[in-house]
Amino acid sequence: MLKKKIAFAIAFAALSSSVWAGCGISDGRVSIVGNEFPAIQAVGSAAAECAGGGVEVTKNLTADHQKINVQGMTGNPAEYTTAIIANSSIVALMVDDVIRPLDDLVAKHGQDIQKHQLVTVDGNIMAVAFMANAQHLVFRADILEAAGLNPPTTYEEMLVAAAIIRDMGLMQNPVGGAYKAGWNIAEEFVNMYIGHGGEFFEPGTAQVSINNQAGVDALHMMKALSHFMNPDYLTHDSNATSAEWKAGNVAIMNMWGSRVGPLKSDEVAAEVASNTDIAGPMTVGGGSIPASTLWWDGWTVAKNISDEDAEATFLAMKHAVRPEMLNDETKMLAVWLIEGYEPTAASRGVVAAAQMGTKPYPMVSYQGLLHSALGAEIIDFMMGKEDATTALADVEAAYTAAATEKGYL
Amino acid sequence: MSSTQIKKPLGLQILIYGFVLLWFILAAFPFLWTVWGSFKVELDFFSKADWTNAISGARTQVVYGKAFTGAGYDGAWIQEEFWRAFRNTGIVCFFTVLTSLTIATLGGYALSRSGFRYAFWLLIIALIFRALPPITLVSGYLLPFFQWNIWGILPTTIIVLVAINQPFTLWMLHSFFQKIPKELDESAKVDGCTQFQAFKHVIIPIMWPGVITAGLFSFLLAYNDFAITAMLLSQENQTMVPKINSFMGTTQTEGNVMFAVAAVVSAIIPLFILVMFFQRQLVSGLTAGAVKG
Amino acid sequence: MAMFLFIALPLVSVVSQSFHVPHDKVLITVENCDPFGCTSQTQIDHTLTQELYEAEPLGQWAGLGIYFDRGHLAITEVGEMWRGSSDLGDFFSTLKNLPFYRAMGFTLTFTFVVTPLVILVGFLIALAVNSLHQRLKGLMIFFSLLPMIVTPLIGSLILFWMIDSRGIIGTGLQVLLENPDLSLKASTGLTWVTLIIYGIWHAAPFAFIVFYAGLQTVPKETLESAMIDGATRFQQIFHVVIPHLVPLVAFVALMQLMDNFRVFEPIIGFHAEAHATSLSWIIYNDLGGETRLLSSAATTSVLTIIGVSILLAPVLVRTWREFNPKG
Repeated sequence: MLKKKIAFAIAFAALSSSVWAGCGISDGRVSIVGNEFPAIQAVGSAAAECAGGGVEVTKNLTADHQKINVQGMTGNPAEYTTAIIANSSIVALMVDDVIRPLDDLVAKHGQDIQKHQLVTVDGNIMAVAFMANAQHLVFRADILEAAGLNPPTTYEEMLVAAAIIRDMGLMQNPVGGAYKAGWNIAEEFVNMYIGHGGEFFEPGTAQVSINNQAGVDALHMMKALSHFMNPDYLTHDSNATSAEWKAGNVAIMNMWGSRVGPLKSDEVAAEVASNTDIAGPMTVGGGSIPASTLWWDGWTVAKNISDEDAEATFLAMKHAVRPEMLNDETKMLAVWLIEGYEPTAASRGVVAAAQMGTKPYPMVSYQGLLHSALGAEIIDFMMGKEDATTALADVEAAYTAAATEKGYL
Repeated sequence: MSSTQIKKPLGLQILIYGFVLLWFILAAFPFLWTVWGSFKVELDFFSKADWTNAISGARTQVVYGKAFTGAGYDGAWIQEEFWRAFRNTGIVCFFTVLTSLTIATLGGYALSRSGFRYAFWLLIIALIFRALPPITLVSGYLLPFFQWNIWGILPTTIIVLVAINQPFTLWMLHSFFQKIPKELDESAKVDGCTQFQAFKHVIIPIMWPGVITAGLFSFLLAYNDFAITAMLLSQENQTMVPKINSFMGTTQTEGNVMFAVAAVVSAIIPLFILVMFFQRQLVSGLTAGAVKG
Repeated sequence: MAMFLFIALPLVSVVSQSFHVPHDKVLITVENCDPFGCTSQTQIDHTLTQELYEAEPLGQWAGLGIYFDRGHLAITEVGEMWRGSSDLGDFFSTLKNLPFYRAMGFTLTFTFVVTPLVILVGFLIALAVNSLHQRLKGLMIFFSLLPMIVTPLIGSLILFWMIDSRGIIGTGLQVLLENPDLSLKASTGLTWVTLIIYGIWHAAPFAFIVFYAGLQTVPKETLESAMIDGATRFQQIFHVVIPHLVPLVAFVALMQLMDNFRVFEPIIGFHAEAHATSLSWIIYNDLGGETRLLSSAATTSVLTIIGVSILLAPVLVRTWREFNPKG
């Protein structure tokens, strides 16, 4: 069967003597692993256009991608020739050394990739980014107008606005937020801590240092916000928060740019959909850096595969994120970093975030350990069982145990 | 006995019916609710605004002009090709049950007749294995499977499922066979049968109750497994439960949640048929088996 | 043999994993650039780390180090708490701050509340269904089995949707208890109650079907003679039916103790991580992050197995006696 395929491929390549479907590949294996949200599905489908002749394209786009991508690229030859990752998850691939530097492939085929799309580590190109995301303000224009307020630009203003909306009886719990225990609430802390100007680690080491004034202030701000949230807020991830928004129960929230589109869909009551508006991220504590993080998604190429497959993968993925893949439908799915992308109304927030100098989420291999520790340990503070310093000390202790195990300390 | 059953006092009768009715509501209501809701749009099903929307389908009417829509089913089965997952589940369940029952029947019989006290050690192994959280195991399997290039295909998953469940089925059938008096097959052997013939003619006819029970357990395990199938199968080979989970995903897209609800309802239907079909065998089987003991 | 391959090897690897930790990473600071600009960040130096790896491919020998760290048994921390706390109550409340003991607290509560109640509820349903009219029985058996045969992940999700404070059950409870602010998800206590009720709801059918089958085999002669002796209905149940079902109770208890000890899916399904964690959840959490803590997960797995063995010890001793009639 395989032999036949190869024979066919060779025959075909000889016959056509040209390349397949404009991807510039004649044969090779392309296998993609990545997350499952719509923008990545679109990229996956675009890469699949290159299949045919001697080119085989398979994809596995799943929410569990982080659990299988490292192992899936460890074998030789690797099951996956490319992993689509974000700035937080590329580090796991680099720690295990399963992705290859792309400098030679970029030099050979990638002249038309924009310079800012190339993600470099220590001077080596490790990934090609294709979309950006960030959390920013989403608000209900009608409610704020009824309360006589402007969209808040700081979290302090947000608290004031929330109190006014509640006092006027417009809404019981006007603030929304993805505060679900675990990854989500940890992400909110990361935002808030950066907004307060905090640094997570002592420079040049993996030694954590968050038990400081910035950390305490960040926690207190989160607690203050939570008083204006649905009492179930510790179970609300961004899906549940979006659902609350669609049901018209929330007037102001800090939400992912990629989630704004669905808030205005046909199924949502017209009153909510038409009044949903966005603005850039808010600052906190008088700081100038927004309390938010910038994220990119990009693709990598596996190390343990033949150079031919690597080349095929590179070309197929390049094809997948070429300027022509942008059409009316895909344009709405994300804030693309692809050449020729014109920011849409829905991407205003993320663009504003970038212009305001929002920091990217740290691309550090032990940040993930801190993130998990935060997600588990700051809950006690949010529920009022501990004070801020104790909770932060717990975070540091949990992180230290995990980082010691992994050999960072 | 049942014909001569003494009359129950009316109070007790009411109590019993009341209790059964209560349990019936507790057990069945969530599912009936889901079936009803699967014909709505997401905002009605979750009805964050007002729970009565879930019954009247207010938003569904706005979007589709009527209170019911098959959009969830259409999306799940046609757009997202749920039938593939359906077929995969069928394959996985069939082979898992078949393999594990074959091994367990022969093995359980042999062990129960061999005199040595395997049962206790079998039990220990079965327990340890059930006690080990499946996710730990799976993370151990992943790397070798990727290296041997057998990750993502159905046979690998079937073997893992069989292996995990095998000690348990083996132990169950072993105890079952031990309840069948040795005299039965010994008398057959006296009549000139070989051990195998004795098994074939004496044991097989009466073993079905135990086998069906054990089979049902391994079927449910294979049908409902999430931890293993989610991690070991590639996208096109996914079974129903991980597929449903992927509809919900980390970042739900509009309508996908309703695909999940529709898929949940679809996934219950085969179980419905199965239990309808087997419940008589199951109960009468369990009864017969125990009486023989 | 495949069975032993798949069972024994992972088990050995899990145990050995729990004694090893990954190598020390050699860190360097490098310049990283992404679409948003360049920063200098700390990264791993691969060539140097690789040399360490080749010297000891299994990882560093850690002995019981992981078992005793803060994520698990936390010997040092517990010692400090013991010295620092004034009385036992104080000690236990500080103990709850450590993830392992917090998870253990919920796991044990869940196990010991759910198991007996499952047996009781299952038994009552079996009795009730058994006394029903023949034609109703079939229908009832089917619906009774529903909570068990539907995969827990999905079953708990359905219920999670319904108990939302604006879902049908949540609203119903608010009306019933005349407390419009009631939310089952907001407080730890109520979350535990919800999880426990879910646990019973999910497992009762298993007990039910086993007991129901057992009821079919209650020797009619004994029942009849009891009736002739003038035993009341309840006496019949107590003196004839229950003794007959005792072996089945042991079986159900065994299975339930084990499954409840590993409680996991409901926590995910009910998004209850903030209020209740279990040992299995810790493993899941260790494996699910951006950096996977393999050794930590392996250690928790071994501890889970030890926990199950301790729980089941009484049942096992009984079985051992059964297999050794003289013993």
